[in-house]
Amino acid sequence: MANNVAVVGIGQTKHNTQRNELSMPGLVREAATRALEDAQMTWADIDAVVIGKAPDTFEGVMMPELFLADALGAPGKPMLRVHTAGSVGGSTAMVAAGLVKAGVHERVLTVAYEKQSESNAMWALAMKIPFAPPLVAGAGGYFAPYVRAYIERHDVPDDIGIKVAVKDTNNGVLNPYAHKQMTVTYDEVRDSMMLWDPIRFLESCPSSDGACALVLTSEAHAASGKLPPAWVHGMAWRSEPTMLARQDKVNPRAGQECARDVYAQAGITDPRRDIDCAEVYVPFSWFEPKWLENLFFAPEGEGWKLTESGATSLDGDIPWNMSGGVICSNPIGASGMLRFAEAAMQVRGQAGAHQVDGAATALGHAYGGGSQFFAMWIVRNTKP
Amino acid sequence: MRDVAVVAFAQAPNVRRDSDRNEVEILMPVLHEVREKVGLERDDIDFVVHGSTDFQAGMPFSFVGALDAYGAWPPINESHVEMDGAWALYEAWVKLQTGEIDTALAFAYGKGSPGDLVDVLRLQLDPYLVFPLGIDPIGMAAIQCRAYLEGVGRTEADMASVAVRDRRNGMTNPCAQVTGEFTVEGLLAEPMFVSPLRRHDCPPISDGACAVILAAGDRARDLVEHPAWVVGIDHRIEAPGLGMRDLTVSESTRIAAEKANASGTFDVAELHAPFTHQSLILEDTLGIDAAVTQVNPSGGALAANPFMVAGLTRIGEAAQRVLDGAAGRALAHATSGPCLQQNLVCVLEAREG
Repeated sequence: MANNVAVVGIGQTKHNTQRNELSMPGLVREAATRALEDAQMTWADIDAVVIGKAPDTFEGVMMPELFLADALGAPGKPMLRVHTAGSVGGSTAMVAAGLVKAGVHERVLTVAYEKQSESNAMWALAMKIPFAPPLVAGAGGYFAPYVRAYIERHDVPDDIGIKVAVKDTNNGVLNPYAHKQMTVTYDEVRDSMMLWDPIRFLESCPSSDGACALVLTSEAHAASGKLPPAWVHGMAWRSEPTMLARQDKVNPRAGQECARDVYAQAGITDPRRDIDCAEVYVPFSWFEPKWLENLFFAPEGEGWKLTESGATSLDGDIPWNMSGGVICSNPIGASGMLRFAEAAMQVRGQAGAHQVDGAATALGHAYGGGSQFFAMWIVRNTKP
Repeated sequence: MRDVAVVAFAQAPNVRRDSDRNEVEILMPVLHEVREKVGLERDDIDFVVHGSTDFQAGMPFSFVGALDAYGAWPPINESHVEMDGAWALYEAWVKLQTGEIDTALAFAYGKGSPGDLVDVLRLQLDPYLVFPLGIDPIGMAAIQCRAYLEGVGRTEADMASVAVRDRRNGMTNPCAQVTGEFTVEGLLAEPMFVSPLRRHDCPPISDGACAVILAAGDRARDLVEHPAWVVGIDHRIEAPGLGMRDLTVSESTRIAAEKANASGTFDVAELHAPFTHQSLILEDTLGIDAAVTQVNPSGGALAANPFMVAGLTRIGEAAQRVLDGAAGRALAHATSGPCLQQNLVCVLEAREG
């Protein structure tokens, strides 16, 4: 009971608007084979496969794990399929880690993907009559009022979102897997088209095809990989309703409680001091200051000051979204696992040009739905 | 492994068309009933997980509505599988094995009535190579059935006897949908539907929901007199291509049964066999002796088959016999995908492992 969990293999695809040269099986295999290579394992070494993705309607295939079973080497093995909205990539990694933690399996392959070019994710995310009034155009339309509420509640300078977008977009250039590969200036972001006031085009995530995969093992196989493992020190998830009069959509209680839980497991009392870097689900740039507060890196109303001071930049004291984050790549179902993977890559020292020197403790974070589903893990380069 | 037991089961009446209620309204009474059976408040449940599919509801993120059926304030420790609820129960069982939690609720819901379920299920097929062929799950089951009848030497009368058994058993289940006294001769006089399948060989389309509460160790002993201990549970998948597997056996069921230690005799077996010939395949694979094991006392999936729910219902129905003190050892099975592609086997006993 409660075995240690090690991340011994990490793989991801090159994310792009369209990966037309790949089928869905090809896309998941590109990530999975890279994770297996990193783990120095073959398909035969894997005991079970856990796959996650966001709504099946994005590709028009229902319960696609059924048709992806042989592409992921699963025949004869257990295969689980997770779906918890945008947090799914994180939740999927946690379900897979749970199999190891529980002692049910020794070596688990987990994969998350989205091939968004198969449809139009923005309109797939816009609820239709009779499920909702026709007011919301995609996730940006849903979140814009809450961003505006954040700005007005705390009297935040109106260019913080621009500064986050400049930081994350330029980080993405350091990450060869990132979808967006562009250097941007403050003026370019400011002058980009206003999509959902106050969210501009360059402050928004792209729509990507991509996948991410991890190989998770028990302690007995922790030395399998090319590099020493990342050790899981805490995992937590929380959910709250879509609409409830008492809830605060700007600073959701589920996110706070999830953070408290994962910090307690990992012995973290001051996240800004105790965590070396964080890869956090920021699909629209304004979510960085919001989540800095929600995750207790800054007091409520002061998250934007960390961004403005440069503390969250790659050379700041608490780098956020070293990989370029969701602002640079957003295959929705994979995005949460990419955050978890980047945290593990940092503590394994395999993040290349976006490596934070000496990163020993990292946070991976994902959220989904209407800021209501949260998944987080803390990884370290030392065993719990 | 930690001792974990099913302590409560509840289900909604299975009906062809629950047109007055949406999914949340079908679920709420079931989720209240299952907790009331063991006197647990919402906050007493440490972990909640459910199974459902967006394509049945016809909208992305349809599962989010289930949060309102359960109640998610203060925020809850919660997950969701896009699988039959039996796999939600499996995730809950794993979570209990980590020692993080002592109680868990697994539930599932499915309304087959709003769309054309057979047409919707075609979307499970390989979109590049199989979907364009135009085959549907009933056609695929018919291919499997033909291979089974010709390969194993069973008959359409054997299949009809499964329907007679399940529909008769369903008469004692107030939640069953298709029930009654029929004869093999009478059923065989009916016309072919998709040869060699007649209507009675195929499952009904149902609207339904069910819920199961699991508890570990002393918590389970405190809650009920006869906990249904989960002494073995495992699931396996097979390749999707029908040409890549032997359709006359269920290899994934065989492996799962072996891993779940599902050998020996059982008082009761609840098999998730949506088609009559699949019940025969599963009984062969699992080595069930009808002389000692009562198969599908609930009526099984031929009496009611709410998609995404019916597998979890089998675990609940099998566990209920143990909870009632009527069975000492029960076998439950769940399936997913065309032609028994993915299977789960669960062994429940009155005595802990």
